[in-house]
Amino acid sequence: MTEPKHYFAPTSLDQAVECLKDGDVTILAGGTDLTPQSQSGKLRIKQTLMNIRRVPELTGITLEGDEIRIGALTTITEIMENALVKQHFPVLVEACDHFASDQIRNVATLGGNICNASPAGDTLIPLLVLDASVELASMPEATLYRHSMPLSTFFVGPGKTRRSLCELVTGVRIRVPGPNHIAHFHKLGTRPALDISTISIGIAGTLKEGILSNVRVAFGAVAPTPVRASQTEKALEGQRLDAVTIGKVAGIARDEVKPIDDVRATAWYRKEMIHNITKRMLSHVAQA
Amino acid sequence: MLLKHDIEFTLNGVKRQVSVDVTTNTLAMLRDVIGLTGTKYGCGEGECGACTIQVDGVSLNSCLMFAVDCDGRDVTTIEGLANDSKADALREAFVEHGAVQCGFCTPGMIMQADHLLHKHPHADADSVKRGIEGNLCRCTGYKKIVDAIVAVDGAVK
Repeated sequence: MTEPKHYFAPTSLDQAVECLKDGDVTILAGGTDLTPQSQSGKLRIKQTLMNIRRVPELTGITLEGDEIRIGALTTITEIMENALVKQHFPVLVEACDHFASDQIRNVATLGGNICNASPAGDTLIPLLVLDASVELASMPEATLYRHSMPLSTFFVGPGKTRRSLCELVTGVRIRVPGPNHIAHFHKLGTRPALDISTISIGIAGTLKEGILSNVRVAFGAVAPTPVRASQTEKALEGQRLDAVTIGKVAGIARDEVKPIDDVRATAWYRKEMIHNITKRMLSHVAQA
Repeated sequence: MLLKHDIEFTLNGVKRQVSVDVTTNTLAMLRDVIGLTGTKYGCGEGECGACTIQVDGVSLNSCLMFAVDCDGRDVTTIEGLANDSKADALREAFVEHGAVQCGFCTPGMIMQADHLLHKHPHADADSVKRGIEGNLCRCTGYKKIVDAIVAVDGAVK
């Protein structure tokens, strides 16, 4: 492992993004992924190691207008136990409940899960179907510059995102869903704890009088990034969830994904499971 | 030359100052720099829970925590719990139920059980099983471990 030359623990957002200006910085938040990745040599720690734990602007879960903002440093346990999240985004709580183990949930941060950009990242699928956006901050000149982008455009490859080296992810924003909103998540693995998804599925939308609209479908671990499934969404949009539609949509989902063979499963198995579990989840929605 | 950083934190109720390599993890600092070997190295990647400690009141895998991140925080290891009378009930339950076989997972199990019981003083077998799912016992003595933690019922405050 290469060794950093500087260690910095900023206490404000300004200090943190100022430090990022030179672009040769490794950001430390919870550390549950950075530690094993750096110690196994998979990731090189850059010139400066910056510990962002003491940046207050990165914490907290707040209702701002019709959006809920979750600070990047919020731990998975904090998300699961938060009243606003439980009330508005039970699908996110469900995904957090399947996240690693208690010890890791107590430390791992939402910002870290997003920036690690694993195709199998547990929180990413519910965030995608909830239309979350990512907040970024940087300091191109002398003042803080903030912008945000939809999470669905944030991921570009395994471990790769559109965040530039000078930017810090400060949080995510999710609009509070309207009435009749439904959202479901399923993680398929071999054991309940400490498992990396073989596949995962998120389905959300507005269900009114049996018709599903504003459909969002996302799949994990079937592509280089977590993905929205546009063809599956299109096939579901405005449809009544009867057995014929569900069967057809599950087939489209299977044909839409392009997974690979790896240690956890073959591509064939992943496609079959996308088919079967999409079908099961939609049947569940139809019956509810 | 490894970059060192001076940190100050509370370890088992006592203020400590340590100079650590910035890339060292907390487990290595506890065992190799400070000399507290009660916290065990099992897998080094957060799968086994043998290195579980508590920081600011929550349990975590010390192998997954940068040692520099201990700066200013309150760290408790199995040695700290050993001197804490509030943990008597948990210790006695492990002995009574034969929840210790080879003993390697025990410090991590105890630290995690203590955290679990602070959050859920009356945890039933199902929530205990969920609570310790990040702790492996290679002797597979889970039944007795779960029995022991359930038996503490309300005695950890």
